[in-house]
Amino acid sequence: MRIALFITCFNDTLYPSTGRAVVRLLERLGHTVEFPVGQTCCGQMHFNTGYRPEALPLVRRFAEVFAGYDAVVSPSASCVGMVRDSHRVVAGQYGDPGLCAAVDAVAPRVYELSEFLVDVLGVSDVGAFYPHKVAYHPTCHSLRMLRVGDKPLRLLRAVRGIELVELAQADSCCGFGGTFALKNAGTSVAMLEDKMRCVGESGAQVLSAADNSCLMHIGGGLHRLRSGVRVVHLAEILAATGEGPA
Amino acid sequence: MTTTPNGLVWLDTPAFPRAARAALADTALRANLKHATGTIRDKRLAVTGELTDWEQLRDAGAALKRRTLRHLDRYLVELEASVTRAGGTVHWAGDAAEANRIVAGLVEATGECEVVKVKSMATQEIGLNEALAEAGITAYETDLAELIVQLGRDRPSHILVPAIHRNRGEIREIFRREMGRWGRPAPDDLTDDPRALAEAARLHLREKFLRAKVAVSGANFAIAATGTVGVVESEGNGRMCLTLPRTLITVMGIEKVLPLWSDLEVFLQLLPRSSTGERMNPYTSTWTGITPGDGPRDFHLVLLDNGRTATLADTVGRQALACIRCSACLNVCPVYERTGGHAYGSVYPGPIGAVLTPQLVGVEHAASLPFASTLCGACYDACPVKINIPEVLAHLRAEVVEHKRRTHTLPSAEALVMKAAAGVLATPRRLAAAQKAAALAGRLVARDGGIGRLPGPLHGWTDTRDTPQPPAETFRGWWHKNREQS
Repeated sequence: MRIALFITCFNDTLYPSTGRAVVRLLERLGHTVEFPVGQTCCGQMHFNTGYRPEALPLVRRFAEVFAGYDAVVSPSASCVGMVRDSHRVVAGQYGDPGLCAAVDAVAPRVYELSEFLVDVLGVSDVGAFYPHKVAYHPTCHSLRMLRVGDKPLRLLRAVRGIELVELAQADSCCGFGGTFALKNAGTSVAMLEDKMRCVGESGAQVLSAADNSCLMHIGGGLHRLRSGVRVVHLAEILAATGEGPA
Repeated sequence: MTTTPNGLVWLDTPAFPRAARAALADTALRANLKHATGTIRDKRLAVTGELTDWEQLRDAGAALKRRTLRHLDRYLVELEASVTRAGGTVHWAGDAAEANRIVAGLVEATGECEVVKVKSMATQEIGLNEALAEAGITAYETDLAELIVQLGRDRPSHILVPAIHRNRGEIREIFRREMGRWGRPAPDDLTDDPRALAEAARLHLREKFLRAKVAVSGANFAIAATGTVGVVESEGNGRMCLTLPRTLITVMGIEKVLPLWSDLEVFLQLLPRSSTGERMNPYTSTWTGITPGDGPRDFHLVLLDNGRTATLADTVGRQALACIRCSACLNVCPVYERTGGHAYGSVYPGPIGAVLTPQLVGVEHAASLPFASTLCGACYDACPVKINIPEVLAHLRAEVVEHKRRTHTLPSAEALVMKAAAGVLATPRRLAAAQKAAALAGRLVARDGGIGRLPGPLHGWTDTRDTPQPPAETFRGWWHKNREQS
């Protein structure tokens, strides 16, 4: 199986440790990961802010760069959602039949990390060790766009040493929403406050999720308050073994 | 109140982000909304969860609406024939002004100068009460929540519970202050006990019911095959209006037609469970034209377009016309829960309002609404007829940007940023260069490994959140060193 990593521009720039964790994890499970260097961005920011024509070249690039792989794995639920649900919309609206066909060929083979591990590789115990008190925030796009269900939690439950704690109102949006956080900063913060309160009440030391964008938003608020809770991407917990960097 | 010509949008409400700021700072409003939406959310989950075929019901509702909208022209003509055959009169109104003219004319023809009203979104949408007032006709709202809004000279903030932004203490004050001006005053010793408030409203409204000769209603549905029109409600005040007066005038959006009586099997399960969180609503009134010796002697059905056929022409946006006005999407929306309905500046607030309003009035008149969402998808999951609200929101965002592109000679700051980002992301080489610049800029502004408050356009983000400093080595840099060269 030829596996490509779609790192996403956001993780590439701000959270390279998450990408390294995905590589370490998949290699530990006996797979070879390729990183097609022509990749840039899925176009989600442009698409969701209304700049669809600007997303077209990014959709085209994605389809070209990732053609021919059996699986494209990404540590971002919302970018995977963009590829799966919206690349076809952009291609249909502004592209040509060739691009539509290319998108149709690649999009179904793009997986969010927990989907890939559980559905494609058929593992839920990835042999991780992470001795911390962790709360899991199921991000909106993982929950309601990709419908990953409890796959991330199944993976986390199998982690040795972990203490998973309940997060109240877990399925409520954290208020990030991409450019929403800038355009509607006040409402975004009001939602963030409630999410941070639930995180605080959970007693967790670590908040995890399948998307660093939501985690940057929640973690940014938690850090400003000096809450003592840190945010860690799901991939980094699953990659941790107690040996080497965690 | 001043609105756009078709009545939908209140022109004195600023764009959503600014209107929301005022709402977010109103602690009483926040508490009222949190309590009310939380309660109704739990109720809805309980009664939808108990049905094993809830998902199939949603599919059936969505399919019925989709098919009906596809053949709307046929069903409307069939409805007109059925209603006429049953002794009613059908009127066609292209827009709000025409609908208001028709209704005012019909009331004037009866010689009456007051009407009682059944709770109705269509008449809210066209601003009927204000239009009737200009014609010298007083319209009395009889739904309890609409009464609270009318007495308080307020605006509705929710589709189902228009006074959701009020608590019982506020309602008591409004009743004590205002009821006397409209009719029977509230008792002097009125408390904020819900039963006492309801009793005051009952006594106040009973006078209106017994006196009124003309009623105006909306409709939850109309059956093309039989000409039957129906209203679903909780209080029975609607039933009073629908049965006691001599003349009944119903204003209905054209998308409310259903082909067959048997289609109600689906919608009378979907609607109450989704809206009030009840297995069945207390009152479902249906009438077919006029029946001698029983109920109104004159029945008029005003079929309202007001932007609906234009919406129908949009292959993505048209799904919003399937809405059955249950307001489940409002109750689950994390944005609505914080801001309430007034911030949307429209008769239709919340997620459905954010997709319906810009389509009915034109995106240029409600440009901030498609952006008043995180695209979290809770609305889509709750919708009983599976309207993909996030899909329509993203679609309308593109229309807003496209409209700005067409009408502005200078691109906005946002457009410039988006263009620059598209340029950076066009090739990995440019992306890598930008990443280097970002890491450098990050080092300049960061303290203790993080970026704190920043002035300028990013303050909305940095005022409340620290941002991690971009690491010196990107992922692609690491890959290049550790995998490609190993």
